Amino acid sequence: MKNEWPLWEIFIRGQHGMSHRHVGSLHAPDAEMAIKNARDVYTRRNEGVSIWVVEAKHISATAPGDKGPLFEPSESKIYRHPTFFDIPEEVGSM
Amino acid sequence: MSVDKQQLLQFLLRQGDNTLVLGHRVSEWCGHSPILEEDIALANTALDLIGQTQMWLGYAAEVQGEGKTADDLAFLRDAWDFRNVLLVEMPNGDFGQTLLRQFLFDAFQSVLMGRLMKSSDEQVAAIAAKASKEIAYHVERSADTVVGLGDGTEESHDRMQAALEYLWPYAGEMFESDDTDAAMAAAGVAPDPAGLREEYDALIGKVLGEATLTIPDSRYNHKGGRNGAMHTEHLGHLLTSMQWLQRAYPGCEW
Repeated sequence: MKNEWPLWEIFIRGQHGMSHRHVGSLHAPDAEMAIKNARDVYTRRNEGVSIWVVEAKHISATAPGDKGPLFEPSESKIYRHPTFFDIPEEVGSM
Repeated sequence: MSVDKQQLLQFLLRQGDNTLVLGHRVSEWCGHSPILEEDIALANTALDLIGQTQMWLGYAAEVQGEGKTADDLAFLRDAWDFRNVLLVEMPNGDFGQTLLRQFLFDAFQSVLMGRLMKSSDEQVAAIAAKASKEIAYHVERSADTVVGLGDGTEESHDRMQAALEYLWPYAGEMFESDDTDAAMAAAGVAPDPAGLREEYDALIGKVLGEATLTIPDSRYNHKGGRNGAMHTEHLGHLLTSMQWLQRAYPGCEW
């Protein structure tokens, strides 16, 4: 593994006003080359207007084993969804 | 000022043949690069170059006025008709040699396109404007890789230095001037290439310095490509592979 370039996670903003979305990962020796590689691998069909790269080791993630205490409690709290309000037509899409 | 059509044609063939031959050379890496990311990046570069070729040779065919297309010029001419500089037909060698060749050419193109965007010929200016964005990326990428490999491990450094010594005698041909260049300069179509050398040397000097590579002292230049006097033996082999389909099945389309 010593000779492998580090792994980078790639996020692309598809158009102005949208959020960056995770599109995949790739290998590169440094951040600059990761951006160039991302440009070549993930935007060759005009998919993006902005690229973020993050070295995979810097991403902290939830553990699959913790999903009970983390996510299940919200399953039963439907009142947290804003679906009980009547939205006036004039507001348009929200 | 009116331009001599034959001289303009010659100028356009030089541009188009450079990008065609290098585009084909770079495409030879497809599926063979050291890593997937570089494979895709090189394929993108090759496609950019072929795209530029379509514009240059398309315009060349129009100026020629014999009812030919860019494809006719690309696939139905023989080695002695080609007007590319020898540098772009040199073999790929290892990955480092390919990227060094790319950098030496990209740097020239980046200097040239800045001038061609102000060409008195609107079509030349439009092609240069479109190509210049691709070239700006190409030269950034090839320069970064040259620095990465040159200032890398002992082995990568030695390979890059060997590649520079091998390719350096082919860099000077890009700055040769002849009657065609004089005619293009007089008409404001294109600059005299000899006048681009200083800017080019500054650009490559900075990058090769960062790459800890030593530019050879010799200014001896191989030439004969851009004026068609004599290509290297490598061009014929390249054309054999590139033109095979149109030679074996004339007029084949799909």
